[in-house]
Amino acid sequence: MDNAEPLINIRDVWMSFPGKTADAPVHVLERVDLTVSKGEFVCIVGPSGCGKSTLLNIVGGFLKESKGDVRVEGQPVDGPDPARIFVFQENGVFPWLTVAENVGFGLLSRPAKERDERVAHYIQMVGLTGFEKSYPRELSGGMRQRVEIARALAAEARVLYLDEPFGALDFLTRLKMRSDLIRIWQAEGKTILFVTHDIEEAVQLADRVLVMSKRPATIQEEVIVDLPRPRDLDSPGYLAARDRIFSIMGMDVHGGGAGDPK
Amino acid sequence: MSDVTVTSFKRGLPGAAWWLPLGTAAVFLALWHMLVRLSGSDLFPTPVEVAKGIIELIQKGLLLKYVVASLFRVSWGFVLAVLVGVPLGLTLGWFRAAFQSMNPIIQILRPISPIAWIPVAILWFGVKDSAPIFLIFLASVFPITVSSMAAVQNMQSVYLRAAQNFGLKGPQLFRRVIFPAALPQIITGIRIALGVAWLVVVAAEMIAVNSGLGYLIIDARNAGKRYDLVVAGMVMIGLIGLGLDVLVRRLEKFDEVRWGYGQR
Repeated sequence: MDNAEPLINIRDVWMSFPGKTADAPVHVLERVDLTVSKGEFVCIVGPSGCGKSTLLNIVGGFLKESKGDVRVEGQPVDGPDPARIFVFQENGVFPWLTVAENVGFGLLSRPAKERDERVAHYIQMVGLTGFEKSYPRELSGGMRQRVEIARALAAEARVLYLDEPFGALDFLTRLKMRSDLIRIWQAEGKTILFVTHDIEEAVQLADRVLVMSKRPATIQEEVIVDLPRPRDLDSPGYLAARDRIFSIMGMDVHGGGAGDPK
Repeated sequence: MSDVTVTSFKRGLPGAAWWLPLGTAAVFLALWHMLVRLSGSDLFPTPVEVAKGIIELIQKGLLLKYVVASLFRVSWGFVLAVLVGVPLGLTLGWFRAAFQSMNPIIQILRPISPIAWIPVAILWFGVKDSAPIFLIFLASVFPITVSSMAAVQNMQSVYLRAAQNFGLKGPQLFRRVIFPAALPQIITGIRIALGVAWLVVVAAEMIAVNSGLGYLIIDARNAGKRYDLVVAGMVMIGLIGLGLDVLVRRLEKFDEVRWGYGQR
């Protein structure tokens, strides 16, 4: 991990938005450094409104950092890129297209045969076989997120940015989506940067969890989750990682207490 | 989805969707008949006289001719308004500079009733078909433009971001994402515009031409106070207006746009 050139390399990134008055901008991100290696699954957790979505939008090319250096695959990020697909919390599946048309959305330049094969393959991978001709409004929220993930995979994205993709789903659906995402990630070998406010979710999914502080946010601590998958949610390793993150964030919330001072 | 509708109607009786409106219509016609009789008016017709009037118009071949004439004008004015209003609205919705420069003019022109344009239309086009067509165009182009514009401006940004993520720009972005995302609201604008267009054609025909349902009404009154034919014309206008609305509502049922209308 250390000797390889990181796939995502964020160096000293700052982000401010214009505030209510011109001389009082809102500082959202401060001195953020982070790297993600090829094929790695990294989660970013942090308190609500801390700026983790902002950070993901900067890496995704939807926002321009105020200061700093953001490189993905060696190139400075200059806008969104089809090789790196964003999966949105509010669901970016196009409601006027069927499931199959959505999944094939990024493949229109391909020959029809190859397109159909890829579409069928990824629809099967996310478990939506039989729903090819359905429209998103006929699907549940979890199924719509599956469509969006399949759409990203079919387009041969090398990197997936997921912005609280399961946040609007019910508890059981979320558990199922997580295990399916892990299965897909293991099969496809994509690099995944996943933002969530759910600590359990982060520990269930990630190789590494980056904990962000309150605003103006920075990466407060890194927790490596070196546990085999599928993860046993009662194992001491899992609980230790989870409690470690709770204490990092809890200390922040209560202004001191358990854990090391920053 | 349909379950919800069923439960809210569960206290109704079977077939109520038919006999309730028919019963109301029967009461309405009976009241109408009685009131005409009670008032002793020999000018205002009873429902039976109106029905006879419609039959007379059919026998003379006038009804079909006038309906076709009115629909012809509406079609031309309306199609022109769609061809101008949709692209114009999409452009104004997308390009901020276009919106800033054109929106004030549109907002000033929009509240002017098409009826107020009648003298101008006669001046410019004379007493020909082009005058009412121009008026119908004016009446429908604003609702279509404004709804297309609002559709783009109110589009959920997540569709745009997803499209940009897949590398779409320019005409591709417009055709594959912005237009389909805006289509439900465009169709709503089209429906409103068609209703207005139908209102305006009748008014325009009363002044600017000598055929059509509007002309029928004015002509029947002027040439012999034939109020049975006046009301017959009104009934036809109502029925055709309903028919047009039903037709456009069908557009809203297509899978490509149904998502945009919420649960029905």
